[in-house]
Amino acid sequence: MTTTQDQSSTNSGAASSEAAEKRTVRFRIQRCLGPNKPAHWEAFDVPILAGEGANVISCLQYIARRPITADGKETDPVVWDSGCLEEVCGACTMIVNGQVRQSCSCLIDNEAPNDGDVISLQPMSKFPVVRDLWVDRQRMFHNLKRAHAWTPIDGLHDRGAGPQETAKNQETRYIFSTCMTCGCCLEACPQFLLVDEPAKWDESFVGANTIGQVRLFNLHPTAKEEAGERLEVLMGPGGVSDCGNAQNCVKVCPKEIPLTEGIAAMGRATTVKAVKQFFTGE
Amino acid sequence: MANRSGEQRVIVIGGGLAGLSATARLVEQGLKVDLFSLVPVKRSHSVCAQGGINACNEIARQQGFSEWMHMDETLYGGDFLADQPPVYEMTHWAPKIIDLLDRMGVPFNRTSEGYRDLRLFGGSLFRRTHFSGATTGQQLLYALDEQVRRAEVDGNVTKYEFWEMLWPALEGEGDGRRCVGIVAQDMRTMQIRAFPAEAVVIATGGCGLIFGRSTNSVMCNGAAAARCYKAGAWYANGEFIQVHPTAIPGADKCRLMSESARGEGGRLWVPRQPGDTRDPRQIPEGERLYFLEEKYPKYGNLVPRDIASREIFDICVNQNMGIGGERMVYLDLTHKSREELDRKLKGILEIYEKFAGQDPREVPMKIFPAVHYSMGGLWTTYTREVREPDPIMDRDCGVDEVVGMKLGAPNTMMTNIAGLFALGEVSFAYHGATRLGANALLSCIFDGLFAGIGIKNYVAENTDRPAHSVNNTVFDDLIKREEQKMQRLIKTAQKGAGNPETNPYQIGREMGREMEGAATVVKFAGGLNPALEKIRELRERWSRVQLTDSGMWTNQNLSYTRALGDMLALAEVIVLGGVKREESRGSHYRTDFLKRDDARFLKTTVAEYEPETCSANIFYREVDAPMVKPRERSYGKSGDAKPAPEKEKQTAGAT
Repeated sequence: MTTTQDQSSTNSGAASSEAAEKRTVRFRIQRCLGPNKPAHWEAFDVPILAGEGANVISCLQYIARRPITADGKETDPVVWDSGCLEEVCGACTMIVNGQVRQSCSCLIDNEAPNDGDVISLQPMSKFPVVRDLWVDRQRMFHNLKRAHAWTPIDGLHDRGAGPQETAKNQETRYIFSTCMTCGCCLEACPQFLLVDEPAKWDESFVGANTIGQVRLFNLHPTAKEEAGERLEVLMGPGGVSDCGNAQNCVKVCPKEIPLTEGIAAMGRATTVKAVKQFFTGE
Repeated sequence: MANRSGEQRVIVIGGGLAGLSATARLVEQGLKVDLFSLVPVKRSHSVCAQGGINACNEIARQQGFSEWMHMDETLYGGDFLADQPPVYEMTHWAPKIIDLLDRMGVPFNRTSEGYRDLRLFGGSLFRRTHFSGATTGQQLLYALDEQVRRAEVDGNVTKYEFWEMLWPALEGEGDGRRCVGIVAQDMRTMQIRAFPAEAVVIATGGCGLIFGRSTNSVMCNGAAAARCYKAGAWYANGEFIQVHPTAIPGADKCRLMSESARGEGGRLWVPRQPGDTRDPRQIPEGERLYFLEEKYPKYGNLVPRDIASREIFDICVNQNMGIGGERMVYLDLTHKSREELDRKLKGILEIYEKFAGQDPREVPMKIFPAVHYSMGGLWTTYTREVREPDPIMDRDCGVDEVVGMKLGAPNTMMTNIAGLFALGEVSFAYHGATRLGANALLSCIFDGLFAGIGIKNYVAENTDRPAHSVNNTVFDDLIKREEQKMQRLIKTAQKGAGNPETNPYQIGREMGREMEGAATVVKFAGGLNPALEKIRELRERWSRVQLTDSGMWTNQNLSYTRALGDMLALAEVIVLGGVKREESRGSHYRTDFLKRDDARFLKTTVAEYEPETCSANIFYREVDAPMVKPRERSYGKSGDAKPAPEKEKQTAGAT
């Protein structure tokens, strides 16, 4: 993103009242100048004050201001993607110490509590790298198109309220609707692979988040009208049968969305539809 | 040259609630839209809105609430600085907008009977706030994002995500001047291109980054608005910056703790004994100072944001009663059951847990005010429409005629440049001197849906001079200028940390510190004038700025540095407007001018850029206030005359 201000030293509010303890954390960052360029590693030392609330983003901001490696080499500033910094937009997802997660919610005091601790940062591997830690997740938005992930309303004019809904149905839908298209579930999935060519996306596995969106829309009284089309997509190539049931997705989802329940429900729905089609020929 | 086919296209810049609702409306009326955004639109800053969206509803109506009262609350909250016809129209459309979002599938919280649930919010004594968990903004944004994706599949929307708007393309002089497109840059390939269009909509949100750490997302730098301002668009009421009372201070940003935490019964307190270091749970009731409840018995913890921010600031800074002597107070929800908290506030409580490392269901949260929203923005206009009061919506309004906005008028939310429209937070409309909680989502969506019809009519009125007939030199010259600007910056690049004097991040950091100190909760001439000097110093340093990245691929260093130059222009507008407004009104609080001064300042501040001096010329315009006469804005502190069913307050958070 276009900003990289480091404001940590003006942080009067979060400063701990105890004598602040200074330490140095080493960041090992996997770098890459652009698509199809070779990756290499660089290390940066970042001073940390215990209790000041430093996270991976504030450390990247420090490095942007002072792009000098741990061995004193002047280098290009590190490029990364970020947005809300509140773990609700999904932008800053990367691999931190081998775990896929949002970097904004990775607090340094938890991740690297001791002087000399190392934090490694890598871009997600299932999407093409744009530069350094920034990857191109267009495919995820493309998959939302594949899945008809919308409610087909008549138009924007006033036609009164939407359908009444039980609190229980709302609660089931709400959790799926908090999916921020971050890509953690896809990074962790053994079946979801890097596909560089957009032309092949329609044949490739849609992944847990998209299946979750089908679940979401097929539960809505109006959106249900297109349930058949959505299930068709999940029955086709790259659909729900590509899921290998590794269940990694649900473990890494930062919003704790019950993705495996969603996959199971959609698996059943596609089976029912297939059986029905077999007997009715529809 | 793009899109020279003769097809009627409109450019929308920004894919938050305002940009997406405008896009959906324009498409519905048969126009094609080119949608530009710094981020994939689904990641826009609107996702951060937590609390809810205000609208009159049938429950509140049966308790005596009405659209008229929603308007009155909005005007009163905004200290009567807002033009009234747009507020009238927005509040009267609000229930219809909720219905539309409901139809789109927004998972609004439900009652046990399956109706939409409601919550109490600051600045009101009625339950008029609809919500979807604690991520209402995210849910509304997704609903509109889905509708726009559907339009994209139909071929009516082309998205340009990770593109940065560099300059509006204008042609003509004087009254004939109009906006005919933009020049933009792909942030990955660094390609600069022109995009002609019949009309351009700016919906780029706020400018929190100017203040360093704020609750805003990292792309909310105000640069697009600043570029329009530097190109001749007026910027109005810039000095009105809302500081949200309850944010979690952090190293990279301040994370919002939604007003709904107070709406659901959250109480603000500090230990009565300054410097008390006991665990908050060990401090007995009698030794706690619930400072808002004591000072504002009627609204209690639900006073509007500017008042709450100032009181917290006062407790911490003037009275030195902050927790452990720090600039923090407690926001306490621990008297509520875990089950209820999880049902109503799970999302925001998780944010606290995640970023502060403590469970707010067990331990009171520590919070402090942070810059949150810009009431000011690009100046926009509208066409008035005089009507008879509606017997239901305007019940007990006490006036013979009401004044709304004419639907479909081609100048709806147009800036002073023909063809350039501003919607959402980037516009100055609706919120006056401070914004009520849960009115922002409403104003953004209303703006897009309502103004979209006017924009279509503006395009229809101008079919005799389509964008593709505009002389090519308009675009070619702009591209050349932007390329030169870029090359000048790229040539300064030198690896390493360089000189702090000319390091862009250092300049940005100093700007943020200065703006936060001088132009937020408490202002006075002795702080504002030095801030102006500082901005001028930073501007001079920026002219010698040095990049660290000379690459022509995904150069974020360049984007930031270029934006910083434009942010400094807006910073000047914000401070200068603050110096000249010698009164206190809403979020603008001057210790050297404590009273509201309607005779001199019941006026819109307008800043116009002077290219010769590279600085702002400030003038004033009358506020359009045909319906509600300004009254003292006290929120019950000193016998406020507002009709209020007290029982509503008593039940706040008890459900």
